[in-house]
Amino acid sequence: MRITCPYCGTRDVVEFTYQGDATVTRPDPASTDQAAWNAYVYDRANPAGKHSELWQHSGGCRAHLVVERDTVSHVITSVAFAGIKPNPARTTTPKRKSPARKAATRGKAAS
Amino acid sequence: MVGNVKADGAYVVYIGMQSVRVGASAVCRTDGNMAEYSAFSLLRNAFNSNRDWKQAWRKPEPKPSYDVIVIGGGGHGLATAYYLAAEHGISNVAVLERGWLGSGNIGRNTTIVRSNYLLPASTRFYEFSMKLWENLSHELNYNVMFSQRGILNLAHSPAQADDYIRRGNAMRLSGGDAEWLSADEIGRKVPGVDVSGSARFPVVGGLLQPRAGTARHDAVAWGYARGADRRGVDIIENCEVTGFLREGDSITGVTTTRGEIRAAKTAVAVAGSTGRVMKLAGIDKLPIESHVLQAFVSESLKPFVDMVVTWGAGHLYMSQSDKGGLVFGGNIDGYNSYAQRGNLPIVEEVMSEMVAMFPSVARVRLLRSWGGVMDMSMDGSPIITTGPLPGMYLNCGWCYGGFKATPASGFSFAWTIARDEPHQINAPYTLDRFHRGAIIDEKGQGATPRLH
Repeated sequence: MRITCPYCGTRDVVEFTYQGDATVTRPDPASTDQAAWNAYVYDRANPAGKHSELWQHSGGCRAHLVVERDTVSHVITSVAFAGIKPNPARTTTPKRKSPARKAATRGKAAS
Repeated sequence: MVGNVKADGAYVVYIGMQSVRVGASAVCRTDGNMAEYSAFSLLRNAFNSNRDWKQAWRKPEPKPSYDVIVIGGGGHGLATAYYLAAEHGISNVAVLERGWLGSGNIGRNTTIVRSNYLLPASTRFYEFSMKLWENLSHELNYNVMFSQRGILNLAHSPAQADDYIRRGNAMRLSGGDAEWLSADEIGRKVPGVDVSGSARFPVVGGLLQPRAGTARHDAVAWGYARGADRRGVDIIENCEVTGFLREGDSITGVTTTRGEIRAAKTAVAVAGSTGRVMKLAGIDKLPIESHVLQAFVSESLKPFVDMVVTWGAGHLYMSQSDKGGLVFGGNIDGYNSYAQRGNLPIVEEVMSEMVAMFPSVARVRLLRSWGGVMDMSMDGSPIITTGPLPGMYLNCGWCYGGFKATPASGFSFAWTIARDEPHQINAPYTLDRFHRGAIIDEKGQGATPRLH
């Protein structure tokens, strides 16, 4: 399985750390609604099929990502930065290298 | 905790001060004059060109209704049906299996049977299971090849040794068996382990449970299937549940690919498919995630290791099968999956751990690998309970440790179904324990299923 990090490009899954279901949302920290906290901590939809999940590119740029993946076929349909609304246009491998990587490559070539 | 056979043939297991009668021994269980499988029947059939063996289980057409439907023809489902018939006299039972019998995790595990747990609820449950294992071949009149070769947990740091010794003491206090071995003793007992100081993760000692071991996983499924079938249970293969029949809130049966089947009680024991099946009943969320676990078998070797060995610096468990293959596995892949196949990083991790533990196997070739879908619960412990809907019973959350639990799971689930209340061994394993804060978190990992 490979995940296309929106910043770094396509990388092997070994570079990423799984962080679970992205659809659960933490209740307001000031909330004392026990049922809402229990549901947030324990209850999962666990779908067979399309699953929205959090991964961190821990062996790369360390960005937190929201990945849409099929749990039956392992096919990934979208990857986006967590906290930013998923944008289907950003799902494919970046055509151009990011400015940071460009700089790094240039540096290498020059040395 | 001990078990023994009484004069009337009943097998009795003691839990603390209480005793529980667990069926009868093989002698009086078989209804005819002699056991269906015996040295004599082997001989007779050998002289008869093996033409007269009866099918181990029938292939019945589903009836329109039963007393109990068990969804899932894996180890736990079959054991449940068996104990319903054998212990509670409920034999008007159908076991519905989506594929063929033994196609799921009962045929995909690394066959390890142990009861080396820390928490009281776990030791009670798994020690009960161990007692059933010790009599299982007799009970079923079917050789499940239960081999009490022992399990050795290697410790690699003084802190880990303390932790293991604590667990060993907990096991002994609850009536189980555990021994602490020094590195030297391990070197003599398991010559293949690298116990030198130059090992990447030096071995400081190990916790041995002598009564643990392995069993032939397919035989467990077949033995329970035959035992249930002979008592009148219908085992219906290639019968996928497509929905539930309801009257108001109550479950009154199922719709399947082979028609509607009604029952007063519907039990779900589908392991990794729990999420899928429960969604059909309108239960959208559970404290369960399905993950994929891979397992591996090497080419056959001469006798190399005569016990189950686990490696404590990572996560690896290994034994040698009677055919000579090294059977081993490690962590789950670590992400939600319903696919019976995994990915390469875990393959690499498991192989590297294997070589760290047994340097001499570095050049052994891998013969097979496969994956199975695990029902990972939020605290690493199972759920065996009535509900969550009226007329429904749920058995799940086995966290890639379900094989060793097969007899106790079936026994206590059958009890729960027959009496509408839990047996004392499964009373803590409710579904609502998560919301009550009564979790049974053996590893202390919290609500992170991939770490259990």
